[in-house]
Amino acid sequence: MTALLSVEDLRTSFFTRKGVVSALRGVSFEIGRGEIVGLVGESGSGKSVTAASILGLVRPPGRIVGGRILFDGRDLVTSSEREMRHIRGRQIGLVLQSPRTALNPLLSVGDQMVNIYRAHVRASRQEAWAACLAMLEAVGLSDVERRARSYPNQFSGGSAQRVLIAIALLCNPKLLLADEPTTALDVTIQAQILRLLQDSIARTGSSALLITHDLGAVAHFAQRTMVMYRGEIVEQGPTLSVITDPQHPYTAALVAASLPGTPPGH
Amino acid sequence: MRSSAIPLLEVRDLIKTFPAHGGVVHAVNGVSFGLEAGSTLGLVGESGSGKTTVARCVTRLTNVSSGQIVFDGQDITHLDRGAFRRLRARMQMVFQDPADSLNPRMRVGAIVAEPLMFFTPLSKDERLRKVRALFAQVQLDEDLIDRYPRQLSGGQQQRVAIARAIATDPALVVLDEPTSALDVSVRRGIVDLLRSLQERLGMAYLLISHDLTTVEWMSGSIAVMYLGRVAEIGKARDVLAEASHPYTEGLLASRLTADPRLPPPEALLVGEIPSAFNLPPGCPLHGRCPEAVEECRLTLPVLQPLKLAPTHAVACLRRDTVAVVTESGRPELIGEDQRG
Repeated sequence: MTALLSVEDLRTSFFTRKGVVSALRGVSFEIGRGEIVGLVGESGSGKSVTAASILGLVRPPGRIVGGRILFDGRDLVTSSEREMRHIRGRQIGLVLQSPRTALNPLLSVGDQMVNIYRAHVRASRQEAWAACLAMLEAVGLSDVERRARSYPNQFSGGSAQRVLIAIALLCNPKLLLADEPTTALDVTIQAQILRLLQDSIARTGSSALLITHDLGAVAHFAQRTMVMYRGEIVEQGPTLSVITDPQHPYTAALVAASLPGTPPGH
Repeated sequence: MRSSAIPLLEVRDLIKTFPAHGGVVHAVNGVSFGLEAGSTLGLVGESGSGKTTVARCVTRLTNVSSGQIVFDGQDITHLDRGAFRRLRARMQMVFQDPADSLNPRMRVGAIVAEPLMFFTPLSKDERLRKVRALFAQVQLDEDLIDRYPRQLSGGQQQRVAIARAIATDPALVVLDEPTSALDVSVRRGIVDLLRSLQERLGMAYLLISHDLTTVEWMSGSIAVMYLGRVAEIGKARDVLAEASHPYTEGLLASRLTADPRLPPPEALLVGEIPSAFNLPPGCPLHGRCPEAVEECRLTLPVLQPLKLAPTHAVACLRRDTVAVVTESGRPELIGEDQRG
């Protein structure tokens, strides 16, 4: 079976007044069905541009200048905006870092979910409402009837992040892009959310790209890990070998900076 | 193991409340600790634990509601602004985001020179020489002196903030999340720099951080805060390797370790930190704690040394602790040999 997502020599550049910035300089990778793949890098490495390119959300002055993004056999680079609207949310779900900015503060969580659901799936309001409640329950929220009628500011950070995951999973997408899904959360909540992502992927048989600056987030939750540096993937492989036997000096530096324990000379 | 030396910084029964929307936010609810000259105490906790408020009280960026703060033998709890200003040279701060804490309109050399202008009698030439020496100490290229903060990387900016903080030879530097805004690979360099500066210059650090790795790398002692109280305090290796309080255990178990050979993180604590607006009665953790019993809902546990480890204290009814009262009226918790 072919990979669900196959990115080939992807090049995305930003044409600014000061010159051309090559954000992605020939990025190639695959995500298999049912697989969670980690994409690790620091700010400016190009990991979020990778996600935006996949979703067709690179806006001027940025532009994809080369390469292919084959999703389920179709090239997203050449797809029209109309086709992409159908793919975003329906076939590729997105989980962002901050639920505070990703949710509309003026609509109840249930209303937002119903709107999203009905934008993609032919369903009555009642059917949509039921689907939303079921999804809120699936991400571990209790008392979902009341929670669905609540507004985003009535949710704690961890619960709001669960809502974002529920929204991303709502239309049963084949691929989930999670961009720093735990960065804004407290330590005791991060593991809960990653476990939820892992369980959801396993339950629905979908795949995920887990984008993070934190090697700790991929170590136990991604089968494979890719390390991105200055617009290129400098290393990729099974997570265990990338972390325990890094080949690229940048990966080695990242690992040294991430492992707990006493630094030498303490 | 007990130290008879007077700590450089002593915080006693610190309480800080903020009025808000017809109620009161209990940010800090009776925190006590000591910090000896030349050593590091890491204050760890989630957002809402009160750790940053403690730092703001110590540095007098906010007034305390009650309690006492003694710095270098002097009660600074209610010092007026003028008197505290004279102390400021001895107690400096480094903040989380250097992009916010450095004046964008000043050249970085002038930023580092500023405290020298306020607190030392140095001439302009002497100041410039001192700024060059400070740049060398924080391993910044001298050529950067005339740059503006935005022309520097995040790590370089934080080095400027550190140079400014140590310019007046302070006895204490309060580090509020000094690595949290930096890229992972840059963090280690800043931690190494802070540690080597401490070795050479002998200042004490009060380190505020939610990042356990940074705290582990830097601290001789650790105080774990939860909902405005200290849940556990002791030597760093004891708190990390022999964690006793259920909150510390939960925090360490849920830690996202980057080593896939270690056991995967576990979520031992259910739910999230409650609002400090309405404090639950009893133990602040009882709603999330896997070991809570009826008594925990009713009785507030006191921070007391463990029976088997007198320099390691926890506030938990389910642990074998002993009430020890010393002359100072509080348990002596931090041994002199903190760096181990």
